[in-house]
Amino acid sequence: MALNYTKKTLDNFLKPKNVGKINKPDGYAQIGNMVCGDQLDFFLKVEKGKIKDVKFLSFGCASNIATASVLTEKVKGMTIAEAKKYPWQKVVAELGGLPNQKVHCSIMAVDGLKKAIADYEKSLTVKPVASKKGAVSKQKPTPKKNLTIKKKTPVKKK
Amino acid sequence: MKVYLDNAATTKLDPRVLKKMEPYFMKEYGNASSIHDLGQNAFQDLIKAKEKVAKLIGGETNGVIFTSGATEANNLIIKGVALANRNEKKNKIIVSSIEHPCVMESAKFLARAGFKVEFIPVNSEGLIEAKELEKLIDKETILVSVMAVNNEIGTIQDIAALAKIAHAHGAYFHTDAVQAIPYLKLDVKKMGIDFLSLSAHKFYGPKGVGAAYVNRQIKIQPQIIGGGQEDGLRAGTYNLPGIIGLAEALELAYKERDIYLKKVTALRDYFWQKIQQEIPELKLNGSLKKRVPANLNIMFGYIEGEAILMDLSYKGVYVSTGSACSASDLRASYVLKSMGLDKNFLNSNIRFSLGRFNNKEGIDYTIRALKATVKRLRSFSPIN
Repeated sequence: MALNYTKKTLDNFLKPKNVGKINKPDGYAQIGNMVCGDQLDFFLKVEKGKIKDVKFLSFGCASNIATASVLTEKVKGMTIAEAKKYPWQKVVAELGGLPNQKVHCSIMAVDGLKKAIADYEKSLTVKPVASKKGAVSKQKPTPKKNLTIKKKTPVKKK
Repeated sequence: MKVYLDNAATTKLDPRVLKKMEPYFMKEYGNASSIHDLGQNAFQDLIKAKEKVAKLIGGETNGVIFTSGATEANNLIIKGVALANRNEKKNKIIVSSIEHPCVMESAKFLARAGFKVEFIPVNSEGLIEAKELEKLIDKETILVSVMAVNNEIGTIQDIAALAKIAHAHGAYFHTDAVQAIPYLKLDVKKMGIDFLSLSAHKFYGPKGVGAAYVNRQIKIQPQIIGGGQEDGLRAGTYNLPGIIGLAEALELAYKERDIYLKKVTALRDYFWQKIQQEIPELKLNGSLKKRVPANLNIMFGYIEGEAILMDLSYKGVYVSTGSACSASDLRASYVLKSMGLDKNFLNSNIRFSLGRFNNKEGIDYTIRALKATVKRLRSFSPIN
């Protein structure tokens, strides 16, 4: 089976855009997991209904990283409504195509972004209720710590 | 710089082997089944190649059956022996749980045809314990098949001991020895091996040719039928250039075994020691002791195997995740699963397989490349 990545996919894998974390994000979501072999964490900063900043972390293959890189590039600056509708087919097209067995990466990236947007929107609708009761505070993302091998030097995150 | 560390996938053809093969393309091109001189010359050379192979593995000349590779040899042996020896009392085969897909699929084919198929588990070191075979084997068993050396983790099984158990229960014994050349000295008679499979391109021979060694006292049903070549056990025109290449490559592999083993062991040990010094949070999969010196299969914490492979490939270092066959179908390695590897670690493994053409300079380059790759991918991993 062929596994031919386009130059653009390779470029986005080798030099991915928007990697990292956002402190106190307005929206956060994790999709996939280590057992399946790919995981993406998305962080959003929203201002005036627009995506001001978006970053991601990846445990995944080259196309997992490349699709998240391209997707975050494309949706940065979009309104929430636009970003929510951004289709995975466009991610594939942006990369000049993906090998068949890798198309799922683009679907996962888009779903992950939607999940982060949903997290943001939930915080908007929860707030009034919360202020009424005065007890609910917005959840902070805490990436799961699920490795059990002994830790020598913890991996530093930017 | 280019560093090829995927010698368990395939090896570069040895130029000396190519030289031996060359006359059979345009000069000695006769069909070894033809009666005229050109054909009979080819037939004589075919027999010489068989004698050479038989001698190197301690078997009979007429037991050497040339095939298109080990996939065909394994299909012939697993299916052919099971089907030919099936009766009311015997309807079972046993294979290890870490066999190559061609053995696994042949076993599954037999299961669909109504055979009982059992899989011998491996321990966390990737080794088969004799007692596990004892638990599964009975008088119903026709054939036991255990690979001599595993393709992903390089672990060496105690073939002679397992063959003894098989025979004690009236079963035949097969070993897929594809990854064993030249690491193990093979002597089919002494080791109690009834059937054995080889593939030339794993030991610096050409692709597209392999061998099935068969004990001619035991019934076997051919899987490729036609013109009756190989005493009717494998039809198809003899691939003389390939056959000559296989025999020559096998001979060279054992002739130069001692020097090669010394070299590759030193390189591998240096590589493993350096990796541990330079890169934190990794783990070797499989026994280090009962393992061929060419193999290292390493789990790199927090990052995904294919990403490591692609990043290294960009730097000119060629490795694989598990085995080359599994690289494109995206399934986690069943070999590592069988060993009970934590499921969180199943997708973070790289196989490095060294060979005759590697040197210290290449290993040093690989360590530098690997260090940078792991550091980069970990810098944006969500797991910490």
